[in-house]
Amino acid sequence: MANPAKYWREIPQRYRLEAGKCQSCGEIYIPPRLVCSKCKSRKFEKIKLSDHGKVLTYTVIRTGPSQFADQTPYAVGVVELDGGGRITSQIVDCEFDQLAIGQRVRVEFRRIQKHGQAGILCYGYKCVPA
Amino acid sequence: MRDVAVIGVGLNEKWGEIWEKSLRDLYTEAALNAIDDAGVDHIDSMYVGCMTSGMFVSQEHLGSLMSDYLGQNPVPATRVESACASGGVAFRQGYLEVASGASDIVLVGGVEKMTDVSGDEATFALSAAADMEYECYQGITFPGLYALVARAHMHRYGTTPLQLAHIAVKNHKNGSMNPVAQYGFEITPQGVLDSVMVADPLHILDCSPITDGAAAAVLCPLDLARKLSKKPPVKVLASAQATSTIALHSRKDMTWFDSTAVAAEKAYKMAGKKPQDLHVVELHDCFTIAEVVVLEALGLVERGKGGTTAESGMTALGGKIPVNTSGGLKSKGHPVGATGVAQIVEVTRQLRGESGPRQVKGARVGLTQNMGGTGGSCVIHILEAA
Repeated sequence: MANPAKYWREIPQRYRLEAGKCQSCGEIYIPPRLVCSKCKSRKFEKIKLSDHGKVLTYTVIRTGPSQFADQTPYAVGVVELDGGGRITSQIVDCEFDQLAIGQRVRVEFRRIQKHGQAGILCYGYKCVPA
Repeated sequence: MRDVAVIGVGLNEKWGEIWEKSLRDLYTEAALNAIDDAGVDHIDSMYVGCMTSGMFVSQEHLGSLMSDYLGQNPVPATRVESACASGGVAFRQGYLEVASGASDIVLVGGVEKMTDVSGDEATFALSAAADMEYECYQGITFPGLYALVARAHMHRYGTTPLQLAHIAVKNHKNGSMNPVAQYGFEITPQGVLDSVMVADPLHILDCSPITDGAAAAVLCPLDLARKLSKKPPVKVLASAQATSTIALHSRKDMTWFDSTAVAAEKAYKMAGKKPQDLHVVELHDCFTIAEVVVLEALGLVERGKGGTTAESGMTALGGKIPVNTSGGLKSKGHPVGATGVAQIVEVTRQLRGESGPRQVKGARVGLTQNMGGTGGSCVIHILEAA
């Protein structure tokens, strides 16, 4: 079984959308970085991303990995959050034919994976139509 | 830097689900074929391109393993990993070692043994080419990531699923003439569209398979090649490599492979060639949409028009620029670490005039493009008949 630390350390990002904003050029990173890719600055401000955004692209996974067997088929997309920051996220509580590029969505706290009968429960963000 | 030539190439006998052959069997077989093709009696150094022998067969330390099984101890041997670009990057490392003068005869081999694990486990291992924590954790799969690219490309440029299907059909047509190919048979556009949907809009027949296989090449300085080689040497005109973000969502433009565009610009400049100077291309069609975008990034077709290339016959064997005469990853197979080296094998044979029914008449200049993940890394070589 995996060491829970692997999941625990990403909690600020997965549960609270905590990100880093470069103090020099304003570029936003989730997860936060040590160095800005754009301007190479090492100084960042801790910010929280908006929980509203729009879908940039999407797909419906029909043949999924075994950890997601109970959720298949499911939609996943790249969502750009208002004010900056992009996430890859499932899009749930949505009919597949409602998915669209430009669709407005809201981020919610959801269970992402569970590792077997007695394993780690992994939570994080999923998007729902807004 | 010295001019470098490819003087020997080889693959293992057959690509596919090869239960009787292990990781070390596959690499050694391909390497011996390349060494025999080169006619050399020794090597100075060797490379092993392999994405993840660890996740597939729980074996690491491939430098030691393969040099041992090839009977080459104590020659230095280096494992190279760059996801699906492992083979191409290994070839570049071998090229640099010869070009720099550090070694004279270098063997580069690529291998992947993918069928000792279940399809599920193989899919998981492959997803390590993406961002495990911020893409795969969310449930995206590899076909899913390329489906995101396809959806965005279709939305912006009007590319259609039928146009993607034509790419798979074209690659299978070439692969049907390749005895090594895993799926060496023809398919139809409707057959692609009717095949099971993996990740909308990509069907199973839009996706390259899980394959066991290996490929190898022998490099030496061009001057030595003319003395050593039994066959016409093939000169490496250019070698270029670039990276991009690990996650697709971090790219400025998700309908573009910037690492391919950057590597291509460097390669064309180094070779003193333009896209229209190419006679044959082997590119990384891990999914049909990949061929669409790569052709645009290589400057072989106008931006946004990549979807028209197979449908119009432009990239067919007899077309303006034959692409993936080997059958590509789709029909030939995609043993991850081997692919980049196998592209070198195909182009070398084309430039020597050895490709039989798949021969591009008068081919003198060829390009190979190999990329990792969703384009997080890319390596391009341009070869010329010497």
